[in-house]
Amino acid sequence: MPFGVDLVSRQRQLVSPCGPAPPCSTVMLATMRVSLFVTCLIDQLYPQVGLSAVKVLRKLGVSVDFDRRQTCCGQPAFNTGFAEEARHVARHMLSLYADDDQPIVIPSGSCASMVKVFVPGLFPEGSRERATADKVAQRTYEFSDFIVSVLGCERTGASFPEAVTYHDSCHLLRELHISEQPRKLIRQVDGIDFREMENSTRCCGFGGTFAVKFEDVSTAMGEEKIRWIQNSGARYVIGNDVSCLMHLDGLLRRKNIPVKTLHLAELLAKFND
Amino acid sequence: MIEIRPQIRSALADSQLQKNLRLTLSKTAAGRRQAIAEVANWEELRQHARQVKAHTISRLGEYLELLEKNVIAQGGNVVWAETGPDALDFIFQLALEKGIRKVVKSKSMLGEEIRLNEELERNGIEPIETDLGEYIVQLGHEHPSHIVFPALHKSKEQVSALFADKLGMPPTDDCEKITATARKVLRRHFLSARMGITGVNFGVAETGTIVVVENEGNARLSVSVPEIHVAIMGLEKVIPRAEDLGVFLKLLTRNATAQKISTYVNLINGKRRPGELDGPSEFYLVLLDNGRTRILADEFLRQTLYCIRCGACLDVCPVYQTIGGHAYHSTYQGPIGAILTPQLLSAEDAPEHPFASSLCGACQEICPVKIEIPHILLKLREKVQDQKSARAGRLPLERWGLQAWSWIMTSPGRYATTNRLARGFAKMFARKGRNPVPPLSYWTKSRELPVLAPKTFRELFEEEERKS
Repeated sequence: MPFGVDLVSRQRQLVSPCGPAPPCSTVMLATMRVSLFVTCLIDQLYPQVGLSAVKVLRKLGVSVDFDRRQTCCGQPAFNTGFAEEARHVARHMLSLYADDDQPIVIPSGSCASMVKVFVPGLFPEGSRERATADKVAQRTYEFSDFIVSVLGCERTGASFPEAVTYHDSCHLLRELHISEQPRKLIRQVDGIDFREMENSTRCCGFGGTFAVKFEDVSTAMGEEKIRWIQNSGARYVIGNDVSCLMHLDGLLRRKNIPVKTLHLAELLAKFND
Repeated sequence: MIEIRPQIRSALADSQLQKNLRLTLSKTAAGRRQAIAEVANWEELRQHARQVKAHTISRLGEYLELLEKNVIAQGGNVVWAETGPDALDFIFQLALEKGIRKVVKSKSMLGEEIRLNEELERNGIEPIETDLGEYIVQLGHEHPSHIVFPALHKSKEQVSALFADKLGMPPTDDCEKITATARKVLRRHFLSARMGITGVNFGVAETGTIVVVENEGNARLSVSVPEIHVAIMGLEKVIPRAEDLGVFLKLLTRNATAQKISTYVNLINGKRRPGELDGPSEFYLVLLDNGRTRILADEFLRQTLYCIRCGACLDVCPVYQTIGGHAYHSTYQGPIGAILTPQLLSAEDAPEHPFASSLCGACQEICPVKIEIPHILLKLREKVQDQKSARAGRLPLERWGLQAWSWIMTSPGRYATTNRLARGFAKMFARKGRNPVPPLSYWTKSRELPVLAPKTFRELFEEEERKS
């Protein structure tokens, strides 16, 4: 992160200690470029989340590159015990980003965990591939962490006058230890009524292939989570992983519960152009 | 091979169990949070305990021999048992030699692991569980559903009904009356049994001390009234120094039962000495391997042996909270059970256990010795899949599917073609309600499918690029 530290300190100087901070300036950051790794789920099922991430990053003055050769990080195979198959896919991912030093932004906690925590372990220590994987891991940021920790921005200028709650996705929370960054961003949205739910850190029950291998347990866990969401009185549940949100949304729609899921990027993209 | 799906289904359908789990586990969670918050250097203690365990496990043979030497020096006997049957044979022989027909037992998961009660009964020896929870489970012909709270799956009403049935107690919802009934029955057994069998929480190598942590005084009676005390201990329970006991006890009791310290901590140094009024005249320490040295062989997986059996990972596990302990159908339940069972047996014997987890990591977060349970689960999943592929002769369907997936995902061209095809077929899936095609059928049993977006992100992104 050769540029990150400097930018953080520069950005911090802009934030006034009292009163609401102005939305982050775009001028300071105009030279930054990032690669967006959009994840296969977002590409296929939730393209609006990817578009929102682009919109937010651009608003913050960041140029976004998208390499159209990208597919997946390898997580589905890895979590199911197919390391060899995961290694093939991870190798493809790494090949796209091995030769530059741009930060890689991923709008998903579990995919970012895969790249940062698990992919290096797929290659033997001391190998060239391991060195590449380590380098890519260091340059990879989950979306909310990138905005708060690298750009030093909390107030993105979005406005959303609704009651929302936040679900901590497990990999984001326990592999990447990210819990404050998304909350800071949510609290700074204009007009928002942010209600912490009880047990926000309890797993929603998705768990990758667990959701179909043990669909009954997965469903029971999801239903429990939905009770906590409903108890908070929120109309929207915000998350940083479309996989958790897909599971919760599937349950909510089946049960006709009027709570909507929203990715953090979609929330932050709610501003007037 | 251990089958867990039927157990899971019945656990989910058991509304009384669901109620009991919810009630008990929410209470323990609040207590634990408080008990941990009181210790300012909790994280340091965890780190220290992990280091001590890592060190000990890496020099296990050395410390076990030191423990043996110091137990013998105090007049005790040490028995090395490679397998469960080896340990059982020793106990039967000893009982036979001494003419023992009844044994009082204090809680021991290792005893469960080697099916001690069933085997004792089969050999004509009556085992009496003296821990209240274990006693309840024994009366009901069940197995523990939790490492620390064996009868966690039962409500007090259910226990009352059981005692009324088996012991003739007038039904009551007064826990004190229930406990008093058990106490009265058990006292008789303590006075008439000539052998006491206990588990071991820690074996201190440098002093030859056996540490037994408990709350009811039943372990203390088991080791002081009968003339023979047999302690059974898994190899991994040895710690080098008495000095570290303070750290381990603090971590254990706060994490297990939210207590600053348990009501009794028994430090047992061998048998009764000349001039002492009570205590056994013979003391035997059985050191049992039963698969543990196999776990030791793998440098990553060996951290499984750091476990001090506090049971906290069960309490915080959303899967355990949902299905309880019996669904795991094995001695050890919850996250620690899911990693221990396939290793003590083999991945082939318990192929479902590593997959019965959402990998949420709450277990690792609470673990007093920071065992990386989710990462171990992943490693074990890999083992299971590799064994399945090696055994099947042909590619298992799941592996075939993920190989095809990997073939698609490693080529942008194939990925794009698949996307176009998928959108062609999308109409098949784009409906509300249940879908008959596996694996979608599993998903749609309780959930709606997401809608396949008409255009992918990359298409939309490029359209936008062209516009600007």
